[in-house]
Amino acid sequence: MEDCLAKKMEITVSEAEKRTGRNAMNIQETYTAYLIETRAVESQSEGQCAPVESLWRRYSEFELLRNYLSVTYSHIVVPPLPEKRADFVWHKLSADNMDPDFVERRRIGLENFLLRVASHPVLCQDKIFYAFLMQEGGWKEMVNETGFQLKADSRLKALNATFRVKNPDKRFTELKHYSDELQSVISHLLRVRARVADRLYGVYKVHGNYGRVFSEWSAIEKEMGDGLQSAGHHMDVYAASIDDILEEEEHYADQLKEYLFYAEALRAVCRKHELMQYDLEMAAQDLTSKKQQCEELATGTVRTFSLKGMTSKLFGQETPEQREAKIKVLEEQIQEGEEQLKSKNLEGRDFVKSAWADIERFKEQKNHDLKEALISYAVMQISMCKKGIQVWTNAKECFSKM
Amino acid sequence: METEGRVPGPALPAGGEGRGADSHVVAGVLGTARGPLLAAEVLALDDEEDDLEVFSKDTSLTEVNSFSPSVPISPSSMINQYKFEDGPELRDLFITVDDPESHITAIETFITYRVVTKTTRGEFDSSEYEVRRRYQDFLWLKSKLEEAHPTLIIPPLPEKFIMKGMVERFNDEFIETRRKALHKFLNRIADHPTLTFNEDFKIFLTAQAWELSSHKKQGPGLLSRMGQTVRAVASSVRGALKNRPEMFTEMNNYMETFSQKINLLDKIAHRIYKEERDYCNEMKEYGPIHTLWSASEEAIGDSLKGLAGCIDRCCRATERRMAGLSEHLLPMLHEYILYSEILMGVLKRRDQIQGELDSKVDALANKRTEKDLFSEEIGKLEDKVERANNALKADWDRWKQNMQWDMRSTFTNVAENNLRYYEE
Repeated sequence: MEDCLAKKMEITVSEAEKRTGRNAMNIQETYTAYLIETRAVESQSEGQCAPVESLWRRYSEFELLRNYLSVTYSHIVVPPLPEKRADFVWHKLSADNMDPDFVERRRIGLENFLLRVASHPVLCQDKIFYAFLMQEGGWKEMVNETGFQLKADSRLKALNATFRVKNPDKRFTELKHYSDELQSVISHLLRVRARVADRLYGVYKVHGNYGRVFSEWSAIEKEMGDGLQSAGHHMDVYAASIDDILEEEEHYADQLKEYLFYAEALRAVCRKHELMQYDLEMAAQDLTSKKQQCEELATGTVRTFSLKGMTSKLFGQETPEQREAKIKVLEEQIQEGEEQLKSKNLEGRDFVKSAWADIERFKEQKNHDLKEALISYAVMQISMCKKGIQVWTNAKECFSKM
Repeated sequence: METEGRVPGPALPAGGEGRGADSHVVAGVLGTARGPLLAAEVLALDDEEDDLEVFSKDTSLTEVNSFSPSVPISPSSMINQYKFEDGPELRDLFITVDDPESHITAIETFITYRVVTKTTRGEFDSSEYEVRRRYQDFLWLKSKLEEAHPTLIIPPLPEKFIMKGMVERFNDEFIETRRKALHKFLNRIADHPTLTFNEDFKIFLTAQAWELSSHKKQGPGLLSRMGQTVRAVASSVRGALKNRPEMFTEMNNYMETFSQKINLLDKIAHRIYKEERDYCNEMKEYGPIHTLWSASEEAIGDSLKGLAGCIDRCCRATERRMAGLSEHLLPMLHEYILYSEILMGVLKRRDQIQGELDSKVDALANKRTEKDLFSEEIGKLEDKVERANNALKADWDRWKQNMQWDMRSTFTNVAENNLRYYEE
């Protein structure tokens, strides 16, 4: 990771702003724009602060960037974007894209995305990416000029390949299964976590009612009054503490979500491989059949039934000149085909090699990140319990003074 | 095995109903192999001649055998907790209710409970009694006590049946809850300085089934009791409230607010219980997901399994927390809801009596007959009521405090457990 952009440059997505503007269909719409700030790191060591460059981008531009990257670098596991719409919400969180909490979490997610791309050894060197960070105007045109959309494989083609491919690399098949499992288990986990959060919220909040009733009750009690009142206060504190706790947990959920989306990126690489492999297999098949045809024409034997054979039998054979011409064409095609096959083979092997290298890198990153996330989750739980202990110890004191 | 010892103390004076006796403090001392020394706490409120203090006690009791030191603790889940007061003395009447059994006859099916009494009191012929009683018998006892002491606070009985939820009258949980409540009922009566010497109470504890039924038939019939009620209603309608002393108006207001708050607390506690149960259920699903995930991972598999284990333990801790709630807080709140109803009843009866007094005073103003007798009698009753109320009020505060203290320490323990378990 020596030449990573991330090392040379500080990148932050520092602000989010609501804007209104006209979209492609000339309809007024509201969207959120994010401020990207970059600052070169090297000059800092000389005691000067480099100037901060900044520009505004909106979510759709991020999407465009990512599409470009995933098509251009189809052998790389491209980092995912934060979700478009709020998913896995529990009842307190709103599913509204304009909700400030959602916008804030998305801002963090976008910054994370940029940092991941910038720290990837291959992706960070991409010029379009650099322009995304530095050049506000004209970037979209620049991207479209690369014509990457033409290189994109159609979904249908990819699906077809997945079903028909005969000999994909075993490792990729395993990887595909793994990414399917990962996706299903993480989404299940997030769903249940949302429900657990909901319930926990309920438990805490109902205790807040205690606070109210206690203080009402303390009004009619003499000796018990003070104890009740202060205990009620602690109940209120307890009930309020859940909000912060669950907000922190959202951060954990976001980390898991990133890997949920990463699973999709993994699958994309597998699909690409399958597509290439299928292409290769088709080309080889094509070549074989052409060779066969050539042979048949040359030797005059018809080994396989063909319409041409039938018609020639019915309507007379071709003239030798015609046959010669055909053979020549076929031989040219065969030669072309063989070269193509060779290059495809090479391509395929290169793809597999570089893809697998990136996958290994990804695996390490994933293990490291997930482990950290799990640890921080545990730490969160511990702090939640510590808070609980504190509140209840205080409450206990109040009760014993009643 | 837990050993129990007892500390010899001054014997209780045998007292009759309504007789004056010095206020006394009674406590039992229970020594266990590992627990601290505990004693019952009684609040002696005033030194007047009428001893109407009500004993205070924690909700849960256990079988205490005053004779043999090696009797095993009854298998019930209740723990005995008492607090030290100065001058521990001996309780001389120990009652347990256990062993519910159902009986099927041609007409009906019902449950009887075994009531075991151990006592050192002189007026009891023997020192140990074991009888079987059914719920109807308890109802009978309560109504007799109310009759004899209309202005004393008779402890609450568990309800006849719960409105919501319980379809089966003989559901195990229901029986157990009822048994605990009946046990508490009898013990509260035993601890009450006046009620404990009530004749009907004694018969209840000692008589065989046939003796009890014949005794029951002797009491004033249903008709006469109805007559009383009608008179009472009539007198209260006649405006017994106009002469009510300030204190009782205050008490009435207090009781209204109190009963409102207690009902709210009960609702809240039930709600919390429900939420915790839902939380627990979700957690039960949450844990296994991590185990499932760990199956497809290599490097982080162990961490995931560890997390799953912790989540399971949290689940169990939550279950313990819920059990603590249902064993202590919920029954306590329920009892006090009943108590608040009883107290309203007591206040009403007091009002009735006052009503009688007032009407008689009015009558006397016209007739001038038997003046002294009546007003004295009624004045005495009023005082009784007053004192009973004060005693109860002050003493239940302390009682409740102990109760809640226990509940909260359960919670604190759970929180601490959570902490331990949540470490990865």
